[in-house]
Amino acid sequence: MRRILPLFLVALLALVPLLARAADSSAALAMIASGNYDQMREGIADLAASGDPRAAAIIESLKNSTLFMNDDNVLFIQKASGGFVNAATGAPAPGLSADSLTQVFADLRAQAVISKVLGQLQLFAPDAATRMNAAEALLQSHDVAALPILAKALAKETVPAVRTVLQQAQAAALLFSTSATEQQRLESVAILRARGGLDSRALLASLTGQPPRVAAAITAAVESIDHSLELWGILQNVYYGLSLGSVLLLAAAGLAITFGVMGVINMAHGEMVMLGAYTTYVVQQVMHQVAPAWYQANLLFAVPLAFLVTALVGIAIERSMIRWLYGRPLETLLATWGLSLILQQAVRSIFSAENKDVDTPIWMSGDFHLGGLTITLNRLYIIGFAVVVLIALMAALRYTSLGLRMRAVTQNRMMAAAMGIRTPWIDALTFGLGSGVAGIAGVALSQIDNVSPDLGQHYIIDSFMVVVFGGVGNLWGTAVGALTLGVINKFLEPISGAVLGKIAVLVMVILFIQRRPRGMFPLKGRAAEA
Amino acid sequence: MRLDRTSWITVAVVLGSAVLMAGLNLATGPSAAAHVPTYVIGLYGKYLCYAMLALAVDLIWGFAGILTLGQAAFFALGGYAMGMYLMREIGARGVYGNPILPDFMVFMGWHQLPWYWYGFDWFGFAMVMMLVVPALLALVFGYLAFRSRVTGVYLSIITQALTYALMLAFFRNDMGFGGNNGMTDFKDILGFPLRAPSTGCALMVLSALFVCLEYLLARYVVTSRFGKVLIAVRDTESRTRFLGYRPETYKLVVFVLAAMMAAVGGALYVPQVGIINPSEFAPSNSIEAVIWVAVGGRGTLVGAILGAILVNLGKSWFTSALPEVWLFALGGLFIFVTLFLPKGLMGLFAPRVRIVPDAPPADVPVGEAREVVG
Repeated sequence: MRRILPLFLVALLALVPLLARAADSSAALAMIASGNYDQMREGIADLAASGDPRAAAIIESLKNSTLFMNDDNVLFIQKASGGFVNAATGAPAPGLSADSLTQVFADLRAQAVISKVLGQLQLFAPDAATRMNAAEALLQSHDVAALPILAKALAKETVPAVRTVLQQAQAAALLFSTSATEQQRLESVAILRARGGLDSRALLASLTGQPPRVAAAITAAVESIDHSLELWGILQNVYYGLSLGSVLLLAAAGLAITFGVMGVINMAHGEMVMLGAYTTYVVQQVMHQVAPAWYQANLLFAVPLAFLVTALVGIAIERSMIRWLYGRPLETLLATWGLSLILQQAVRSIFSAENKDVDTPIWMSGDFHLGGLTITLNRLYIIGFAVVVLIALMAALRYTSLGLRMRAVTQNRMMAAAMGIRTPWIDALTFGLGSGVAGIAGVALSQIDNVSPDLGQHYIIDSFMVVVFGGVGNLWGTAVGALTLGVINKFLEPISGAVLGKIAVLVMVILFIQRRPRGMFPLKGRAAEA
Repeated sequence: MRLDRTSWITVAVVLGSAVLMAGLNLATGPSAAAHVPTYVIGLYGKYLCYAMLALAVDLIWGFAGILTLGQAAFFALGGYAMGMYLMREIGARGVYGNPILPDFMVFMGWHQLPWYWYGFDWFGFAMVMMLVVPALLALVFGYLAFRSRVTGVYLSIITQALTYALMLAFFRNDMGFGGNNGMTDFKDILGFPLRAPSTGCALMVLSALFVCLEYLLARYVVTSRFGKVLIAVRDTESRTRFLGYRPETYKLVVFVLAAMMAAVGGALYVPQVGIINPSEFAPSNSIEAVIWVAVGGRGTLVGAILGAILVNLGKSWFTSALPEVWLFALGGLFIFVTLFLPKGLMGLFAPRVRIVPDAPPADVPVGEAREVVG
């Protein structure tokens, strides 16, 4: 009887559509004002289902205890200013005071209905994102009672994305309803199967007591979703791997230059990365004080500054130390190791041994979804940054005068010197370039790792692996090596755990060197015979 | 083998100093002016173990031209073998009183001794494993590396990767070696309590004895015909190969030998410091061992012993007196020695100290040294 009454009214008044809505919601309003809590819950649900544009405001005010009625059971809403408006029409009602009115209370059960229907009412909100969220919530709750309101919302909805979710929510509710036909169920399963994802899978897997054909379709759908989830999982791992690989690439690119071009093993390379990260920290601190308005752009300042600082340090190292050790790679290794200890201790003395907080700018934080992938923005930026750095380095080596000289010195030092190239300066600038690239790698790392004095130590062995794996003195090799090692690492992690995965990668590289002692892309010709 | 003057002096000084210190520690009371405190005995014993590691590094770096950045891995493996014996020796006296399982296994909820722990309650077996395991690892690793002619900095980097991988592995709790806590709380060795000063002195003198034995062994190797080929391999590997020698065999033999020498050092190290944990595998330890050799004088053997003792003496002093400065000093030492003392402290003495002809200052002639971009 409860349900039939408003339906009856609707049918009756369908002849006069303009009045229909008003009559429909006025019956619901009367039930809210009836003073009976059972009727009130009915009334709230009916009001929400009526589609009355004022429904949301009325229910909201009931929730906030600002709904009043007079002795004739006419509802009024008290506004924040204290004045009253007629609940049904929204017309101001001057001359009323709270003394002459009775407040309408909602009991706990009515409150529960209110929060449910308010969610449903958001299906009609003007903002598409709000409608989307409401539809998603309904999909998760797969509430059978929401079916009519879903149908109503679907009829009005124009945004395709929201429509899709509404249909999915409807499908979920239909599957849990007792009245849906087999055909409807089959269609619903198909819709949820197309949606995919963990939630659809859980929803489908929780269904019981379905007709045999539907049950078969559900089993098939769950399998299909599992399959695609697996595929997305692999893609997600590839993304993580590329992200790790781009970090390795940034850290190793500078090493590839100094190691490749100059034959110098720079064990202090990790400390150049660390100096870059600390430069970022200092830039942020300074900008915070000096130019707070530009603070979000601090990385744009940090990148060139880090390059400059570490490049100058690199040139200083080359001029003061490394140039005395050319042709003695093992001695260079030891001396630069000593230098790395000094740099670490220096930073520890200046900045203390604690981790420093480096902020991630707002435009770099957050994530978004792409199909079944979760893409974190800061990692995406770092991947992009690594690509840019790689291209810039290659261009610099190929198209600039310095690059030309560098390649000449690399290929035949004696001949290059005979042609008038000042090889000592080329050495210094090459070392500066390699160190500078390490510095900007430090800027990138400061966004995803702790900035501490031993930051560089965490990456130096991996960077060496990359360079050795990719083939010395070959930026392409470095890029391929970094990405390969990154992806392999991320694929091994779920199988064997992070530490064993890392060990496995190290063992693989050691074994790989047996097969290809000069890396994946070895240098050919006489120049390669060392 | 005819011992020259340097060898006699070395053996006499190492053994003599050890026996003298042990005697002064045991024979005099704490109040006597000539008394050597027990902690000094432990410290000197530790340095002597480091000297064995340095001898191993000098043998492969100084005479085979292989700069190993992972020698401490073998040192640590030897230490772990000794640690396993000492753990079993504790028996039921552990915190949990389990007669079979070491404390950390009970703590982690293990119910059975892993198979690789069997036999370690027997000292002889433990000592055999102490030599065999590092030797096998060196054999496999060296065979793979030398056969495919991985040389120079590449070899340095993969030896570093080796010790890094081992460190990560031993940090894992489920490896069954105590995870990051390692092994400690040892009670006694062959029935002698480790806390007793007499045991400490005995271990220290034993370490000195082994330093001398290893020194004489290394000296024998490098002065033999085998050693001459080894030096030829170090100086010009291709030429030696063209003369009909197989450089990889020579390098492999000396690599395995050096691994065992380092392992003996590690095995004597553990009872004297009372703990072994995965940080012994840290790549920086191996690199430090290289600097001891560089400071003392690469390719002199005596220099390795001297360097290990002097640098560690400096480390002990700095880390207690000026902890902030130690890394500056160590780093500066690396740079100073490579730039200004390429022959180390032994280079300051007369060249007659060298037992074999000089190595060229560069590892390879300048023209060939560069890796080149194509």
